[in-house]
Amino acid sequence: MMNWFNNLSPTSQFVLFSALKVVPAVLVMLFIVAYIVLVERRLCAFIQDRVGPNRAGPLGLLQPMADAVKAFLKEDFMPAHVRPVYYWLAPALVMIPSLLTLAVIPFGSQLGSQKMVVADLNVGILYTFGIVSLGVYGIVLAGYAANSKYPFMGGIRASAQMISYEVAMGLSVIPLFLLVGDLNLSTVIGDQTHGLFSWLVFRQPLAFAIFLCAAFAETNRTPFDLPEAEQELAGGYNVEYSSMKFALFFMGEYANMIAASAMMVTLFFGGWTLPFFGLDQPAATVLGGLVHIGIFLAKLLVLLVLFIWVRWMWPRFRYDQLMNLGWKGLVPLALANIVVTATWLWLKS
Amino acid sequence: MQTVFFYVFAALTVLCALMVVANPFSRNPVTSAMFLVLTIVSLAGLFVQLHAFFLAAVQVLVYAGAVMVLFLFVIMLLDLKEEERRKVRKFAVIAGGLAVAIIAVLFCTAIGQTTAGIGVQPILEGGTAALGELLFKHYLLPFEILSVLLLVAMVGVILLSKKDLK
Repeated sequence: MMNWFNNLSPTSQFVLFSALKVVPAVLVMLFIVAYIVLVERRLCAFIQDRVGPNRAGPLGLLQPMADAVKAFLKEDFMPAHVRPVYYWLAPALVMIPSLLTLAVIPFGSQLGSQKMVVADLNVGILYTFGIVSLGVYGIVLAGYAANSKYPFMGGIRASAQMISYEVAMGLSVIPLFLLVGDLNLSTVIGDQTHGLFSWLVFRQPLAFAIFLCAAFAETNRTPFDLPEAEQELAGGYNVEYSSMKFALFFMGEYANMIAASAMMVTLFFGGWTLPFFGLDQPAATVLGGLVHIGIFLAKLLVLLVLFIWVRWMWPRFRYDQLMNLGWKGLVPLALANIVVTATWLWLKS
Repeated sequence: MQTVFFYVFAALTVLCALMVVANPFSRNPVTSAMFLVLTIVSLAGLFVQLHAFFLAAVQVLVYAGAVMVLFLFVIMLLDLKEEERRKVRKFAVIAGGLAVAIIAVLFCTAIGQTTAGIGVQPILEGGTAALGELLFKHYLLPFEILSVLLLVAMVGVILLSKKDLK
């Protein structure tokens, strides 16, 4: 076995290792998507003093499977008035960007000699923003493909909202990179290994606040879930969809949440590191590597629960309030943060 | 392997660009816009081949992400019906042909004058630091002029969209 492996060319070894990292990463992500839906339903039920889905399996743990079976067995109905090509394309386009984002997120330190990141790009953060900016196409095309009033308005709202908040999001992370001096996400994590208060959330709390707001808007979650405001739009961009295509939109929303949370863990919360017990150094043993992946997943989970918690505690913004907050609140704040950070660094040097 | 990827992306770029302007299956402007997105993304693939990761990322981020979304937005708000085939005008054909000819001559001379490179030099692999040095030291003046140009465009847009500006 080892002989066969050592005989492979470096390129083949690279491809093999990449595949070995990609497949589990995607599987784990889809697993989290399935179960975060259950967590959301249970948590919102508790917040509203209900019980939530607890029938399928112990504590309702088999509910995601029941939901999946339901989604697959439902009739895949296509209304007669839709634009067929875009109608088929849109659900896939919603799902793909969030999966692609995972490629540059370091989800662990090392297992053996392999770094636990699929692509250790030097421009990691720009790659993520590029991919995130493609995420809007799925929703806009869904609204366009539906060829009816409410989905169309949902699509328009989504595109306006996501373009606006992308600006704030992009500007909010610039101070981080002024501090770190590199766009590579592994380097960003490395810069956060000097104790708890070297985490960028403590060094740049304003940047984190702006990024968090923008992340809520980018993932279309409450308080910014106007593209799918049921009371106004009868459900938004996904009205004309049924069965598995609808489920893909649903999964896409949660996959986007996971991608955004993974970004925040990496940028602000030290990624796979913990400042205790020497857990902030790359692991020497396989067990240490697994612990690091566990730490990353635990941080991810905390942020995901935050997303859910906010959704059920906050009312929705009005659309003009959303735009005001984005353009008149967050963008100027982010710009000021850049100037202040740059000046401070200049004075210090 | 590299060459195969190059030809795949090059073919994709040309094919998608062709579909933007001369799609035989549909005259829908949204379809054209989507093919333009594909063209831009394939171009980014070519940049990756040249180890210019920064350019590739910015290409997708700026063009495919921001500009194209706005483009789609406009198309959808204007609600253009399928564009009808216009009559071919003599003047347009002559002007277009002339433009293409001039560009072709320019390209041919440029390609003829350059000597073949020695392959990929991954100096831009580090990306941002080197690029920043170049932009803010060596090419500072062109950079500043470009930003003024962008500012002019922005002011123009505001002026055009606010018709009752006093």
